[in-house]
Amino acid sequence: MNMIKFRKKDIYWCLFIVILILIPFLPVVANNSFIQHVLILILLFASMSQSWNIIGGYAGQVSFGHSVFFGIGAYGAGMAVVKYGMTPWPGILVGAITASIVAILISYPCFKLKGHYFAIATFAIVEIFNRLFMIWYWVGGAVGLDYSLAEEGWKNFVWYNTKIPYYYGALILFILIFSIVRWMEKNRFGYYLMSVREDQDAAESLGVNSAMLKLMAMTVSAFLTGLCGAFFVQYNFRVDPPMVMSLSMSMNFVLITILGGAGTIFGPLLGALILIPLQEYSRAIWGGVGGGLDLIIFGFLVVVVMVYQPRGIMGIISGIKRSTQNTKEVQPNPFRKEGEKNGIT
Amino acid sequence: MALLEVHNVTKKFGSLVANNNISFEVEKEQIVGLIGPNGAGKTTLFNCIAGLYQPSEGNIIFNEVDITKFPPYKVARLGAVRTFQIVHPLRDMTLFDNVLIGAYLREPNTEKARQITEKCIKKCYLSKVKNKYAGDLTIGIKKRLGLACALATGPKLLMLDESMAGLTTTEIKESVELIKNLRKSGITFLIVEHVMEAIMPIADRIVVLNGGVKIAEGQPEEIIKNDQVIEAYLGKKYSKKITEQKGSGEECLTLG
Amino acid sequence: MTMFFQVAIDGLLMGMVYALAASGLSLIWGVMDVINFAHGEFLMVAMYVSYWLGFLMNIDPIISWIASGAFCFLLGVLTYKLIIRHCLGGPPLSALLATFGLAMILKNVCLNRFSPNFLFLTGTLLDGKKIILGDLIFPLPQLVTSVFALVVVFIVYYIIKRTRLGWAIQATSMDKEAAELMGIKTDWVFAFVFGLGGACVGIAGGLVTSYLAVNPEVGGIFSLIAFITVAMGGFGSIPGALLAALFIGLIEAFGGFYIAPAFKYVVVFGLYILVVMFRPKGLFGW
Repeated sequence: MNMIKFRKKDIYWCLFIVILILIPFLPVVANNSFIQHVLILILLFASMSQSWNIIGGYAGQVSFGHSVFFGIGAYGAGMAVVKYGMTPWPGILVGAITASIVAILISYPCFKLKGHYFAIATFAIVEIFNRLFMIWYWVGGAVGLDYSLAEEGWKNFVWYNTKIPYYYGALILFILIFSIVRWMEKNRFGYYLMSVREDQDAAESLGVNSAMLKLMAMTVSAFLTGLCGAFFVQYNFRVDPPMVMSLSMSMNFVLITILGGAGTIFGPLLGALILIPLQEYSRAIWGGVGGGLDLIIFGFLVVVVMVYQPRGIMGIISGIKRSTQNTKEVQPNPFRKEGEKNGIT
Repeated sequence: MALLEVHNVTKKFGSLVANNNISFEVEKEQIVGLIGPNGAGKTTLFNCIAGLYQPSEGNIIFNEVDITKFPPYKVARLGAVRTFQIVHPLRDMTLFDNVLIGAYLREPNTEKARQITEKCIKKCYLSKVKNKYAGDLTIGIKKRLGLACALATGPKLLMLDESMAGLTTTEIKESVELIKNLRKSGITFLIVEHVMEAIMPIADRIVVLNGGVKIAEGQPEEIIKNDQVIEAYLGKKYSKKITEQKGSGEECLTLG
Repeated sequence: MTMFFQVAIDGLLMGMVYALAASGLSLIWGVMDVINFAHGEFLMVAMYVSYWLGFLMNIDPIISWIASGAFCFLLGVLTYKLIIRHCLGGPPLSALLATFGLAMILKNVCLNRFSPNFLFLTGTLLDGKKIILGDLIFPLPQLVTSVFALVVVFIVYYIIKRTRLGWAIQATSMDKEAAELMGIKTDWVFAFVFGLGGACVGIAGGLVTSYLAVNPEVGGIFSLIAFITVAMGGFGSIPGALLAALFIGLIEAFGGFYIAPAFKYVVVFGLYILVVMFRPKGLFGW
C-alpha cells in the first residue's frame, strides 16, 4: 500500500514538471514580462524554501539563519563576476561550498541549544554576518556589488532582453532541489531526520546518531541555499548585505515553508505559489507609495495561519484525508491473530 | 561471559543517589525482570545502561564491550535496544513507517528494510493497523509499536521499560506470549515492570531495587517470599503481619 | 581615563532601559514559553504614543509614560487573547511566528500612518539638562529614564516574588495543570503576564522619547537586543535579565567607542554566541 502511494505521487510530479516546461509557451506568459518575473520568483523562492525545509521542516530545527547561506552563495557568484571578471560558475561553486563550511561551523555551537535558545542564536548569527558584510571592504561593504554589462548567455548566466532563459534556469534549480528532497523522503536519511524531529531521544535509542545527522542535513541545506543565492544575484544584477543577509530574508524561507506545510515536499511550493504573487502584485499596486500595505496584509496572513492552522496548507489537506480514513474503516481488532475472524460484525 | 554485566553502578544527581552500587548480570536468552517500588531507581538504571545517563561510578559491559560511556545510539547499534515508558511515535506517519526507522539500523537499503519491517509487524500482531497514522493509535498498540520498532533493529538484548502499563488483561496476555516467542528466537530480555502478573510467570530471574539499592536477586518464587521485598512493597506494618502469619502456619499473601 | 568612565556610564544607563524591556520579555518567556517577536514593536508603539501626546498635547514623557504603559498593557492582553492563546497548544514556534506577523502589522501600520521619518520631541522638561560630577556628564533625560526603569524592574521583581499574584504567576509557570487544580485561573495569569510584559516595555518606550527619536524601524534591533538579553540571562529570570542587560549595555558602549560604531552589535551578538556555547540555558536559566 505504501509503494503504490509513492508511485502516484511521482506520476503527478512528472506531469507537473511537463506543465512547468510548457508554461512559457502560453501566449499570456510569453508576452508578459511581469508574469514571467512572478513565475521565476515563485520557482526561486520555492527552491530556497525547500532547501530550508530539509533542516527546518524535516529535521525540525527551525533556523532563522538561512539568509546567511543565501547571501554567501550570492556573494560567491557576485565576487567571481565583479571582482575577478570571470563567469559566475566557479563563484557559484565556491559560494555554495563556503556556505556549507559556514553551516558546519555554526552548527557546532547552535545545535547544542534547544527550542527558543536555538532560534535566537540563529537570529544573532544573521545579524553578525549582516554587519560584518556591511563593513567588509573586500566584498563591497554597504554598497555591495554591482554587475556591469556582460555578454548574454548561459556562459555568463545573464540575459537582458528576455526572462525566459532565467525561467528555465530557475526550473532546473527547482527540479534539482525538489528531486533531492524527494529522494531523501523515500530513503533512510529522510526517515531518520523525521525521527529526530519527533523525539530525538527515541531516535537515538534506535541507533540514530542525531548530532551527525543534523550536521549533514544542515550542510546539504546550506549548499542548496547557496545555489539559490547565486541564481538571485545573476537575476538581480546586484547584491548588498541588507538585500540578502537580513532577518527579513530569513523569514521568507521560514514563512513560505510553514504556510505551505513544513516537512512536506509540496509545502514550499504551495507557500511560494500563494505568497510570491501576493507580495509582487501588492507591491506593484501599493508598495513604494510609503504604504507598507502589502506587508500589513502579509503580516495578517501570517497571524491567521499560525493561529488557525500552523501546519499550513498541507496540514489542512492531510487533516481532511485523515478524518475520512478514520470514518471510512470499521476499526479492526488488531489483537485477533491472523486467520481469525474479525470480532466486529 | 554474560551478555550484559552491570558492575557497581552508582548514579548521583547532585546529592541524590538514584542508583547505589548496583551489580547484576543477564545471561544470553534469559528474561530478567527488574522490579521495585516507585522511585527505586529502575528507570535511572535503565537509562545508565542505555546511554542516556552516564553512571557516576561503575561500569557496564555488553557483549564484551565496555559501553559505560557510550551515547544512546552507539549502545543501540551494538544490539542493546530499549523502549520507553511514554511512547512518542512519529504521529503523522503510519505505523509501518515508524517501524521502518528501526529496521534502517541494520539495513540501509529501503527495499530490504521494508521486508524486515513487514516481518516485525507480523510478529507483533500489528498487521491490521500498519497503515494507520501512529498519532491515532490507542496506548496498547502504541506500546506494541515501540516494541516492534526496537525489534526491527535486530537486537540481541531488548530492554523494555514498563511496556505493560496501561494495557488490558487481554493485551497483557498477548504481550507476554510475544515476549516468550521472541525469546525463543534468540533475544535476551531485561524488563522493568510493575505489573507482576506479566513479569513473574516468564522471568528466569528477578532483580529487586529499593531506594536505589539492590535488595534481592533470585528466581521469582524466592523473591515473592523474600522479607525485604515484601517490606519494600507493603511497608513494615504488613511485612510484620505476614511474618507472623507465616510463623503461625497460615496462608501467605501472594503478590499480584 | 575619564573617557572610559563616561562610556561606561552611557552603557550602564542604556543597559538599565534594556533591563526593563528584557524583564517583560523574560517574564513572558518564563511563564508561557513564548517569545514575543513584536516586543520591539510594542516599544515603538509606546514611543509613538508618548511622542504624539507630547507633540499634540504638550504632555511631557515624565507623565505620558503612564499612558504608554497602560496602552501597551492593553496591547499585550489583546495579543494574548486574540493570538497567543490559540498558539499555545500547537507546534512550539507558532507563537513566535504569529508575533512576527503582528510585528509586521504594527510596524507597517505606523509606517503607513506616520511616515518613515524620524520624529523627535523637543522642549521636554529635561531636555538638554545634565548633572556634572567632576569630568563626568550625566545627561538628565537618560539618567531619569534609566533610574526609573531600574525602579520598575525592582517593583516587577517584588510583585513576582512577594505578592500572592506573583506566586500565582510562578506556580503557573512551573506547572500549569497543577496550578489550575489549585484554583488558579491560568488564562487570566497568562493574559496578565503578557500585559505586564507589554507594560514594562511600554513604560520604557514612553520615557525614552525624552531623548530618542521614534520611527517605524526602531523596533527591529531593539527586539533582537531584548531576545539576546533574555536568552543570555536565562529565561524566566529577572535578575538574570538585569545583569545581562547591564552587561550588554556596557559591551555595546565600549564596542562602539573603542572598536567602531558599526561593530558594536557584532560584539554584542558574538558575545552572546560565546556565552550560550558554554551555558546553553543562559547564565541563570531554569
